[in-house]
Amino acid sequence: MQVTVRLFAGFRIGRFKEETRQYDVPVTVKQIVTGLGIPEAEVGIIFINGRNASLDQTLAEGDTLSLFPLVGGG
Amino acid sequence: MADRIYRVNMTDLTATTEDVPEQWAGLGGRGLTSTIVAAEVPPTCHPLGPDNKLVFAPGLLSGTVTANSGRLSVGAKSPLTGTIKESNAGGTASQQLAKLGIKALIIEGQPEKDAWYTLHVTADGVTISEEPDLAGKGNFAVVNAMVERHGDRTGVISIGPAGEMKMAIANISVKDPEGKIRSAGRGGLGAVMGSKKVKCIAVNVPREAAVPIAEPEKFKAAVRVFAKALQEHPVSGQGLPTYGTSVLINVINEAGGLPTRNFRYGQFEHHDKISGETMHDLIEKRGGKTRHGCHMGCVIQCSQIYNDAGGKYKSSGFEYESIWAMGADCCVDDLDQIAEADSLMDDIGVDTIETSVTMGVAMEGGLLPFGDGAGILRILDQDVRRGTPLGRLIGGGAAAVGKAYGVTRVPVVKNQAIPAYDPRAVKGIGITYCTSTMGADHTAGYAVATNILKVGGDVDPLKKEGQVELSRNLQIATAALDSAGLCIFVAFPALDIPEAFTAIVDMINARFGISLTADDVTELGKNILRTEHEFNLAAGFTNKDDRLPEFFSREKFPPHNVVWDFTGEEIDEFWNF
Ligand code: SF4
Repeated sequence: MQVTVRLFAGFRIGRFKEETRQYDVPVTVKQIVTGLGIPEAEVGIIFINGRNASLDQTLAEGDTLSLFPLVGGG
Repeated sequence: MADRIYRVNMTDLTATTEDVPEQWAGLGGRGLTSTIVAAEVPPTCHPLGPDNKLVFAPGLLSGTVTANSGRLSVGAKSPLTGTIKESNAGGTASQQLAKLGIKALIIEGQPEKDAWYTLHVTADGVTISEEPDLAGKGNFAVVNAMVERHGDRTGVISIGPAGEMKMAIANISVKDPEGKIRSAGRGGLGAVMGSKKVKCIAVNVPREAAVPIAEPEKFKAAVRVFAKALQEHPVSGQGLPTYGTSVLINVINEAGGLPTRNFRYGQFEHHDKISGETMHDLIEKRGGKTRHGCHMGCVIQCSQIYNDAGGKYKSSGFEYESIWAMGADCCVDDLDQIAEADSLMDDIGVDTIETSVTMGVAMEGGLLPFGDGAGILRILDQDVRRGTPLGRLIGGGAAAVGKAYGVTRVPVVKNQAIPAYDPRAVKGIGITYCTSTMGADHTAGYAVATNILKVGGDVDPLKKEGQVELSRNLQIATAALDSAGLCIFVAFPALDIPEAFTAIVDMINARFGISLTADDVTELGKNILRTEHEFNLAAGFTNKDDRLPEFFSREKFPPHNVVWDFTGEEIDEFWNF
């Protein structure tokens, strides 16, 4: 299964902006986050295909996952 | 010394002071400007005529050591919207006026003579003098002239050429501690100042001046709790200082709600070129500063010092809204061009949101191609600054230009340009745009926090459920916050950390020796909204004005392909409180 992972703000430092990754078994957001060495508590905003998602959600073939720390503005 | 109301009458060029009427005593900032405008300005008057009044009021906590309390509210009837208006800005003037014991400064009337005037506000009162040399000058030149005349520590409130020409997009600038400027941007208040023939207001405060605190120990304790919460919350403590507000470019783009090409699409192909992350890297590379406060005592410091490629200062307070408006909305993907325009707009004295959205509408109408950043810079400098016929047309704002060019996709509510979140994909903010007493204004009830950023709860941005109630609660809380003189970004910790909210109430109580409860604060917010709403109804507005333009219901908005689907009755529920 292919999933595109996009990282933003501080999550990019020492990692990447965007990567297409292969997974053999169904994978949750939490597993991807842990695999990237990002502490769960630092994850602020999660989108799967542009829709707000949660850590427990499972990704499907072709999904795009976007991860942000807690940020704001206005 | 008890606070007083200062009144400057520009018809007979007199300045007087008066006691604060009892019913105004507990008010500051927006609560006070709106109360005064509602009490003294006839709702049907012409906003640029002698009956309108321009009211400046520091917030209730301004002038104290409270973190982020230096916001100055400016109120009047708006020449852009025709509604009541409050717009606020940082800078040093709010704290200075508060330290002088000025509860509000009201400018009324209109001089007979065709001359420009400066007001000089000091501990001895207000002096009005003719100002022959500054006419036509940009805000930066005005700030420099005042610093030269009265010294470094002078506070300055001024208008640029746009305000002098009474353009509906004109703003009011306030000098910050470094001599740069912040703006009370929205609603054309610069035109009201221009109509009073006041080019600038200089403020000087004796060094020892301080606002009295009724209960110093209690006050100090609450100040500490509050500052700690601001520093500990991830948004105000880390996100905002590091990336500024423009971190939102990528967030809102990912969410599919970044209005692009005059509100046609929800994502901008070149988003990363104008993002907060890119800005952060450029600032570091060019020797700027990623953190900077718009006034003394700001601990969040969302502002920054942005240098050009040669390492020379270009802009500060380079904000998400400004970058989005000229960037995604006009399809300009060059951050340096946007910074250049930002600085030009500050100097000319026009609202960056209204002006750039106007350019997007003009692009749709064929005046210039989308993406033409150089064209925008040229029109700003040669037409808007000089007041050519084209400059005057742009100066009328997005709705005026839409009419002139026969454009149907004109993103305004009550004639004020819709800012950087598409209401189809972020429905909560759409309710705020519709119902705000100010015309389309994101800061009036920032539902983006709960819809997208997941601060202060979680309401699905693409669904209607819960949005009206969310916007109502936020607008009530914001009206109260705007009265305290607190920067809107304290809302992030205040929404999430209960002690932060309690500390705000405690600080107000200790400052004045009163005993408000959290419920009183909510009641204050409600009263402010009701006062403003009644003014608008008396000015001729009806519930039919609380609607989005038709195209939002007709045109599907990619990538989510959503439309605006609230009925009129559902929107009108907002006012049931
Ligand atoms: S957080 Fe930003 S807007 Fe608020 S007071 Fe600080 S610099 Fe000004």
